[in-house]
Parts: sequence; structure tokens; C-alpha cells
Amino acid sequence: MEVSSAEAALSVSASSIRITDVTQDGDVLTFAIASQKLNSSAGVCVFRIYEDFDWLQQSLFSQENLPGLQGIIFPPLPSKALPSQSNTQTKALKQLGFLALGQDWQSYCKALEFYLQQVAAHPTLCKCKALDSFLINSESPGKQRGRKGIFNRLSQAVEEMRKESHKDVDNFFQNERNKNTNLAALSKVATEKLLDVVMTEQKLALACGHFATSLHLCVNQDDAAAVAFSKVCLKLSDVIEAVNRNFEKVASNDLSTLGLGLDLESRYQEAEKVWECVLMIACKLIELETVKKGTEKAKASKREVMEAFQKAVEKEFNLISSVAKQEIERFHSSRVNVLKNFLIGWCELQLNTAKEFAELYSQHLEACRNMYSE
Amino acid sequence: MAASSERSPPPFPDLEEPELLEDRDEGADACHRRSTGTSISEMDSPSPDTSRPPKDIFNEPPEDIFSDPLSNINSEPQKKVDAKISSPSSDEAVDLFSEPLDDDSEVMSSPEVQNPMPDLLSEPKSGVLGEPPVQKNAARQQDVFEEPPKGSSKSSSVKKAASAEMLGDDDEEEDLFKEPPKVVTRKPQPSGPPVDVFTEVKSDVKVKPQVKDDPTDLFSEEALTAPAPKPSANSSSSSRTNGVHSEEQDLFSEATVELSLDSPRNDRKKDAVKPSVSAPAAPEASSSSKAPSKTLEELEEEESEDKFDLNISVTNPEKVGDGMNAYMAYKVSTQTSLTMFRSKTFTVRRRFSDFLGLFEKLSEKHSQNGYIIPPPPEKSILGMTKVKVGKEDPSSAEFVERRRAALERYLQRVVCHPSLLQDPDVREFLEKEELPRAVSTQALSGAGFLKMLNKATDAVSKMTIKMNEQDVWFDEKIQDVENEEQHLRKLHVMVESLVNHRKELSGNTAVFAKSVAMLGSSEDNTALSRALSQLAEVEDRIEQLHQEQASNDFFTFSELLADYIRLLGAVRGCFDQRMKAWQRWQDAENMLQKKRETEAKLLWANKPDKLQQAKDEIAEWEAKVTQYERDFERISATVRKEVIRFDKEKARDFKRQIIKYLESVLHSQQQMIKYWEAFLPEAKAIA
Repeated sequence: MEVSSAEAALSVSASSIRITDVTQDGDVLTFAIASQKLNSSAGVCVFRIYEDFDWLQQSLFSQENLPGLQGIIFPPLPSKALPSQSNTQTKALKQLGFLALGQDWQSYCKALEFYLQQVAAHPTLCKCKALDSFLINSESPGKQRGRKGIFNRLSQAVEEMRKESHKDVDNFFQNERNKNTNLAALSKVATEKLLDVVMTEQKLALACGHFATSLHLCVNQDDAAAVAFSKVCLKLSDVIEAVNRNFEKVASNDLSTLGLGLDLESRYQEAEKVWECVLMIACKLIELETVKKGTEKAKASKREVMEAFQKAVEKEFNLISSVAKQEIERFHSSRVNVLKNFLIGWCELQLNTAKEFAELYSQHLEACRNMYSE
Repeated sequence: MAASSERSPPPFPDLEEPELLEDRDEGADACHRRSTGTSISEMDSPSPDTSRPPKDIFNEPPEDIFSDPLSNINSEPQKKVDAKISSPSSDEAVDLFSEPLDDDSEVMSSPEVQNPMPDLLSEPKSGVLGEPPVQKNAARQQDVFEEPPKGSSKSSSVKKAASAEMLGDDDEEEDLFKEPPKVVTRKPQPSGPPVDVFTEVKSDVKVKPQVKDDPTDLFSEEALTAPAPKPSANSSSSSRTNGVHSEEQDLFSEATVELSLDSPRNDRKKDAVKPSVSAPAAPEASSSSKAPSKTLEELEEEESEDKFDLNISVTNPEKVGDGMNAYMAYKVSTQTSLTMFRSKTFTVRRRFSDFLGLFEKLSEKHSQNGYIIPPPPEKSILGMTKVKVGKEDPSSAEFVERRRAALERYLQRVVCHPSLLQDPDVREFLEKEELPRAVSTQALSGAGFLKMLNKATDAVSKMTIKMNEQDVWFDEKIQDVENEEQHLRKLHVMVESLVNHRKELSGNTAVFAKSVAMLGSSEDNTALSRALSQLAEVEDRIEQLHQEQASNDFFTFSELLADYIRLLGAVRGCFDQRMKAWQRWQDAENMLQKKRETEAKLLWANKPDKLQQAKDEIAEWEAKVTQYERDFERISATVRKEVIRFDKEKARDFKRQIIKYLESVLHSQQQMIKYWEAFLPEAKAIA
């Protein structure tokens, strides 16, 4: 996509962006981000901490000279991980959901990686200088966080307005908003449920592991009968071990594909919510202007100025609307695409796992049947 | 009459006699084993139809038994062997007959046995006295009788008992002597007549089983009733008779031990009598060193024999009655080709307390012999009350199914046990249309029973400290069993949590499926919506799979482990029984010691009037000690055998369950493959 734009600011390929490594130093997670230059085979590797990601996001929000910025659905950045506090898993789970699972922050890395890819693949956002410097400059991008939190506060304020169920000027946006509310809630629930499933699978795997180890304790080599029994126990231990691995694998499959997918989906829905709020502010603004115009009609002296101003606002609003409409198209197709990929990947993984373990089980079964025939 | 010529030259006894005697002893052994065997099995079953088992045993095996010794000692005069075998006081008979051949024939021919017996007793004394081997033989065979000289010097009471014994035996011999004297003297028919004789004798033995159970009582009693023969036996013969007698007694109880070792097998497979008889030398050595190998051998044998065709299933649980008097009745169907049952297939209806009653009967009869009796499932008041209240909720259905499966496994374990299968109560349970209502199973049910066991264990644990275990095998095994029980308990907890997690997983999957379905229904993109609802269906099926797997896990492992925890309790009970036997033996030993001391005191104080009584008591206690020691050895052997059997059974059982489990896991995995394969195109179809 970035290639299509003539002034492609981004010099790396979006699909090549990878987070290759993560190191934990106390509370700080440092991510190694590797990417491939577009015009050469040379790779770039930079180290970033979460604050850098945050900076990038803020920079994207506060781009200047970019018409229709408010119409853009920004890819959602996962919330900050707190390694030292998240040793209590329940807390981490509450905060991050799926992203807290997996070894060594892998799923978290995946989510960040996915975020970067999404930003880089976005037709408008990829032109942002901040992204380029984020990906290429070996130095940490500037520490300016002046605007940090403004956007959040803004969205919070709007959230309240939203509760008043303000009717949108445009039916299209109104429908979209209703659907989004619905989907956001549902996808969140689905994610939570899947998380439960995965957690249970992991627990089950753990229980299997315990079972297998305690079977080992039953081993006794005293006499022939005991040896026979021990053999049986060991075999059972192997079998349970296999079941254990099966669960682990299934759980990680769930996690790495559907889990991430659903998580992304729900975060995207949240982002869309925010975006709608921004849109609404724009609408409000116009309404406000209209009212103003009405009240100030009498003042002929300022009328021209006001009309010019209103025109400018209306123009901007139209621009935002058109961007927003495009954006929503894009958003939906990309969302469906992403979900589809995750679903397919998930299904394939599950299928492979099932096949692999069916094979393994039948081998075990064969071995068991032959156990006494010797 | 070759043997008589062999024996008559006095110079040779040292060389010839022992062998000969041994040979004969073997024969006698075999005989004793048979005869006492019957009495034991009768004693075991207090039920009135005692005539049944002996009949079974005796119908055909005599030929086996007796043809053996006959062929062994073919050269010898048959009648002698016969006489010896037939009478429990065999050695005496042999000794008595061996010297004075003419006397012998007199005895045989004379219809009145009473007269010649005392004669016989008194007559051979000189000759016998000159035969140290007999004595030695006696000493060798029994360890209890450690001081033959002492015993012989002051064992007029024993002697009396011996003669009484002879008298007591007369009843038996009477038949023998009255009826087949001609047969016996007639040599040409080697195998035919003896069989007759023995069946005859056996019926006698059968009639008076007390002989085995409490020989001392009998002796003393008869000694009182028939004091006449005593004076006839003079003091010089006393030492010898005593020696012989004690040996004979020894043999007696030895045979008992022997028998209990073999009896389960004999009972179970009547045709397998031969091996036990053909190797009669082994029995004496139930010493710890030799026994394991022997029991192992037996087990090997058993294993090959184990594939009997008996299939029991418990099905159709049905609620009978209403309210709190309601109970569940189960259909017990048996399929078998065993001839001991009346037909090939039969079905009865039994209620839970009947199962408990069966267990009660079995443990009453067999646990003292050291058998491991499979415990029935525990009584669950809560579960049953739920069922009684009659709510058709899943938990009560689960309860009933769980109990049904447990009862089925219990019955299968019972009939798998070779000796329990032979029990008339088991057969009655399986075959008889109506059973008398089992009473007072309450105390025995479930937890109560376990509590009882534990109590016994606690009580015995004190004894354990006192009991210095001579047998390393038991020492280790008891330890093993304890460890194993702990392990199994741990495993049981693990499996329980596994099952619970599975159930949780299935529940979570269900919820997830629901939320995916919701998501799908509110999705705009039709392809995605379709895929999502498909996914919801897949998840629903997977939930079913998990649920099935959870119940599979439960029934294959959790219940298996619970069963084995109960079974290990029964095994411990066996060890306790053994310990009790040991305790009894030790007590008797102590008592004997005391009696001896009293006697020594009396001797010192020179009070001949009380001396006699003291001697009587010593004889009584000596007999008891021997008896208890034999009991202990017998129970040790049985327990050992049972434990080995249990171990094998356990390994086999676990293996079976693993296979079952693997099959179920494999099955669900294959289902999973199917589901995913069906879903994959749907996912790919998302535009």
C-alpha cells in the first residue's frame, strides 16, 4: 500500500516488521524491532520500549497538516504491560487479557508487532514521519510527550456525551455506531470466554503433568508383579504426558491465533468507538456553529466572517465524513480479513495438532496392547 | 509282602526305614491332605449344606491321589499302604504293622478292631524302640516338638491321648476293616479296591470334621471315655508311642497347612489335583525360602487357568417402591460355560444390600483364611436419598450409573477370585431367584466398613511393634502396600482434579460457543457471520467431546483408583488376619511355657496327683501351639499367594484401563479432526 503513494515516507516494508526479541529489565520491557528496507535487502533493527510506542501513537494522533485526521480509525495500541506487577497472574489477565498469556510476553509482542504492521499498512498513517523514525532511527525518538493524554481525556469526555445517545446527523454513522456498540460488547465477551477456555486448557495440562509425575512415584522394582505394574504406570504416565502436551498445544494454538484475533477484534472495536466519538465532536462542532450562526444573524457586521467560518467548518466536516466513510470500508474489510486469517490459521493448527496427537495416541495404544504379549 | 521282608531284618532299619517311611509318609500326606481338606472346607462353610463341597472334591480325585502312592510303592503290600493311607494315624499303623506281619494280617482279618488295637500298641514296643529313625523322623518333621526326650519321659498323657486317638480312629477303621478285609488282602486288584476303601473312609472323615479342628479336645475327651487302653500300653512303650504320636499329630496339621496351600486350586480345578499330589515332598517345606518360588509357580499355573468363561454384567438399574423405602434393583446377568452353574445364561434381580450381604458372608467365611475379598462400593446415603426422593436430575442419574458400574466391577472381581467363585453363596447370589433379605448391612456399608478396618488396623498396629517379622517378604510387602495406598490416594486426587478441569473446560467451551454464536448473529459480513455460527456449532460439539471425555476419565481412572484404594484396604485386612494368627500362636506358646513351668514345679514338689493333670494340659497346649503355628503358616502362605495374585490382577486391570482410556482419547481426537476438517473450508470461504 505504501508503494502506491508517490510520496511514500515509509522506507520499510510493512509486512516485514517483526518484533524479534524482548528483554525484561526490571519493570521495563525492551522490544527488538526488525524490518526490511524497501529498496534494499538490508534489514533494520531498533530497540524500543513501550513509551516509544506510546509516543508513536500520540504522534499519529497529533499529526498536523493532515486533512481528515479525525476520520481515521487508529490501530489500537495494546495497553502497557507491567512485568513486575503482573506476577500476580489474575491482575495481569484483567489488565491485558490474552496478551498476558504465553511465555516471555510472546503474545504481547505479537500484538505490538501487529499494531506496527497495521499502522505501516495504513494508507494515511504510513506517511507519518514519526513512524519512519520510530522504525529506523537507532536512537530513541524524542521524549516529547506534551500531548500525551489529551486524546484520552477527550475520548473520555465524549464517552459521556455518547451516553446521552446523541443522534447522529448521518444515518450511516448512526447505524455503524449501534452495530459497533453491539459488536464491541460481544467480541469482548467472546474474548473473555475464549480466555477462560484457554486457561482451563492450561490448567488441565498442568493437572495432566502432575498426574504424570505422580505416576512416576508409583514405580517399584521389587518383584516381577511390581515391575509389571510399574511398567503400566510408566506407560500411563507417557500417555498422560501426551495428553498434557496436546492440551498445551491446543491452548497455545488458541492463544496465538483466535485469541490474538479476537483480542485485536475487540480492541479494534474499541478504537472504532473512540473514532466515532471524534466524529461526533466534529458533528457537535457543526451544530454549535449552526446555532451560533442563528443567534448572530442579526449582527450583520460579523455575518460574512461567520459564513466564511461556517463554510470552512462544513468543508472540513465533509472531508472528515468522506475520510470516515472510506475508513470504515477499509476497516471492515481489513477486520474481516484479519479475522479470516486468524480463523484459518487457528483451524489449521488445531487440525494439525489433532492429527498429530491422534497418531501419537494410536502409537501408544499399539504399544499398550503389546505390552504383555512379550 | 515284599515290604515286610524288607523291614523285618532289624539290623537295617537305619538304612532302609527312613526312605521307606518317607515314601509312605508322602502317601499318607496325600491322604491326609485330602481328608483333612474336606474337613477344612466343611469347617469353613457353616452353612448346612456342607455335604456339597466334599462331594465335589471326592467324586473323582481319589484315583489320582491314590494311584500315585500306589505306583510309587508298588512293590509294597498294597494293603499296608491302604491301611496306612486310610487311617489318620497312619504312621502308627505302619509301624505297628511293619514288624509283626502275622499280627498285621490278624488285624486285617479280625472284624473286631478294638481288641487288636491295644495289643498292637503294646506289642511292637520293643522293636519300635530299637528304631531310632522313627524318632528322628518325627523330630525332623516337626519343629515344635523340640525336646523329644523330655516329652517322652513324662508324656504318659500324650501316650494316653495317642491310644485314645487310636480308639477314636477305630470308628473309621472299623468300616475299613470290616468291609474290605478280603479286598485288602487280595493283592491282584491293585487300583480298584483301594478306591472303594477310600471313598468309604472319606465319608467317615466327612462326618467327623472336628478331628481336624480341635484334635486335642477330641483326644482328651476320648481319653476320658476310654481309659481302658491306657494301662495296656506299658511304660516302656510310652516313649515310642509318644514320639510316633506327636509325629502323627504333626503330620496331621502339616497336612492341614499343605491343604490350604493347595485347596483353592484343588477346589477350583478338580483336575489339577495331580500336581499337588505328585509333588508331595514340597509341602513340608513351607519355609520362607522355598515358598515364594512355589507360589509363583502356582501362579503361573493359575494364570493359564484363569481364562475361564464367566461374564457378569449388572444392568438396568430400576427404582422399586416409593419414598424412603424405595430401593434400586439391578439386573445381574451371567454368561458362562462353566459346568458348576446350572445353565449357560441366567439373570437375577438384586438390590444393593444384597451385594453388601454377599460381601459380608464372604468376609465372614474367608477373611480369616487370608483371602483378599473385593470390597463392594460404599453405601451413599446422600446419593441414595436423592434417588429416593425421585428427582430425575442428572446428578442422581450419574450416581446410579456410577454405582451400577461399581457393582459390576465388584462382582467381576469376586468371580475372578478362584476360591470365592467356588463359594456356594456366590453361586447362590448369581443363580438363585430369591435371596433372603440381607440384614444389618448398615453397619458394614461403605465408610462404616472402612472405619472398622481402620480400627482393626490400629489395634493391630500395636501388635506390629511386638511382632518381629521374620519374613522379609511380608515386611516389604506391608510397607509397599502402605506406600501404594498413599500413592493411589494422591493419584486419585489428581484424577479428580483432572476430571473437574475437564468438566470446567466443557462448560467454558459451551459458553464460548454461545458467545461466538451471538457474535456471528450480529456480524454484518455474511460470510464471516456464517463462519462464526459454524464455529459455534463446532465448539458445541467439542464441548460434547469434552464432556464424554470427562466421564471417561472418571470411569476409567477415578473409579479404578477408588476401587484399588478400597482393595488395598482389604489387602491390609489380610495382613492383619495373618498378624492375628501369629499373635494367637505366640499366646499359645507362652501358655505352653507356663504350663511346662508349672509341671516342673510339680515335679520338683513331687505331687504326682496333679502332675497328670499338668501333663494333660501341656499336651493340650502343645497341640494348640502346633495347630496355631500351622494356622499361621497356612495363612501366611495364603496371604502371600493372594497378594501376588492381587498384584498381577492389578497390573492387568490398569493396563486394560489404559487401553480403554487411550481408545477413548483417540476416538475424541478423531472426532476433533473431523470437526476441524469440516470447518476449515468455511473459514476459507470468508471473503
